[in-house]
Amino acid sequence: MNDLQQLRFRDPARAEALGEAIHEVCSEIGRDPITLMHVCGSHEQAIARFGLRTGLPKNLDVIMGPGCPVCITDLPEVDEGVALALQGVKVCTYGDMLRVPGTSLSLNDAMARGGNVAVVYSPSQAIEIARKTEEQVVFFATGFETTAVTTAAALLAGDVPENFSILSAHKYIPPAMEIVATMPGSRIEGFLAAGHAAAITGSGLFEPLARKHRMPIVVAGFEPLDILAAVLELLVLVRDGRNEVANLYPRCVSAQGNLPAQKILWQVFELEQGWWRGIADIPDGNLRLRDTYAHLDARKRFDIDIKKLWSHAPHELAAQCVCGDIMAGKCQPTDCGLYGTKCTPDAPVGACMVSSEGACRIWQQYGGRPDLSEVG
Amino acid sequence: MCLGVPGKVLQIDGMDATVDFFGMRKRIRLDIVDVPVAVGDYVLNHVGFAIRRIPEEDVAETLALFDTILGGPEPEDDLMVADVLGEIDAAGESPTNDFRSTGGAPDACPVFLPQQPQKESSDE
Repeated sequence: MNDLQQLRFRDPARAEALGEAIHEVCSEIGRDPITLMHVCGSHEQAIARFGLRTGLPKNLDVIMGPGCPVCITDLPEVDEGVALALQGVKVCTYGDMLRVPGTSLSLNDAMARGGNVAVVYSPSQAIEIARKTEEQVVFFATGFETTAVTTAAALLAGDVPENFSILSAHKYIPPAMEIVATMPGSRIEGFLAAGHAAAITGSGLFEPLARKHRMPIVVAGFEPLDILAAVLELLVLVRDGRNEVANLYPRCVSAQGNLPAQKILWQVFELEQGWWRGIADIPDGNLRLRDTYAHLDARKRFDIDIKKLWSHAPHELAAQCVCGDIMAGKCQPTDCGLYGTKCTPDAPVGACMVSSEGACRIWQQYGGRPDLSEVG
Repeated sequence: MCLGVPGKVLQIDGMDATVDFFGMRKRIRLDIVDVPVAVGDYVLNHVGFAIRRIPEEDVAETLALFDTILGGPEPEDDLMVADVLGEIDAAGESPTNDFRSTGGAPDACPVFLPQQPQKESSDE
């Protein structure tokens, strides 16, 4: 396996060439700044972890958009999970959701108050839990289309116990890219699309978006050189005014995507408008269970009273949190007055500091955009 | 939650597959994989489901990122490592064996331990 080191995207010469080409194209474009947005927590992890921003030209901003599924889960959606847990229903969810603040309480707070919450890694695990208990079990389902399709598959696999239901907070990312790109004051000139979400939907899905908003889109993998190559391709498309889609992650993404998965996804879910935390009301941004599966819909099965949670005071610093603006690409974590001082991974105020895929949490771990001006 | 993690299919039982992830043997579902999978293939796992069969010529490149991040120092403190291990944990316990019995993160990721018994078809 030592020959792994010899792979083409580990080739230092190739990295250097990519870096030089990125500098060249950026100076040809000449604008300052040129802003590219990616929409994937794993991309931000890779960019920050491998220090890729260090080598980028000064007039290039690669920013993170609404790519953290935990972070964009809206406050009332968390409230629904909290309310269910407090009324004695067993709420199963992904670990990252526990500390995400609702209007006044997180699921962790609900647990501290005797609420019934369990962490699972997969929808199948939640179904297993339901199978072994008499309690009502609700899977608080978060995540983008990549994750939603697994929820759908778990439901369709059959033998879902009577006491199991779904609280869907699943989101569909293409409409959110469109909203963020067209927000007043948006400087986004192109998108890096998330590799593994595109594995489901296919790169072709982005064609109308690229044409309609005159914005090139490049599907990117997660290797440092994957990301640099995708940034270069995107810059070339920006420079040449070509509003096209390019797939630079063909080893995991095809033009048409994963057709069996798409069939399962749309069999179980349909699109509806919904709020993404702090960003906007996104038409077609949420995935809700189709009426055929109403019997598995926790919102139909239970009387969920979230209003009583609104009488509790929210976190005293919550009003100062700018997570929404960060996820909309309007500012960076370091622009927030709370970042790293009053909002830290140990004591997070906003959702972006909670999740391993949140921009603030990632910057706290690896550092954000280093200022090398004094280093020379 | 955005990441799929590659593993090698060791055994298939209907919609269940036993898969080796960097020395950890786990069970995942095949309901939504894009094309039919055979023993010896590599698949991407996302929360306990295979979402993609990795074309044979792309396997080494797909594994390399995980080789790097799982093989680095202080894996417990690293967000990416934690997310990758979370994805691997999302796969169910294998009925046959769990190579994590010694505990902790795999420190010799590129070494695929269980090469011997399940090999029913060649992977070349």
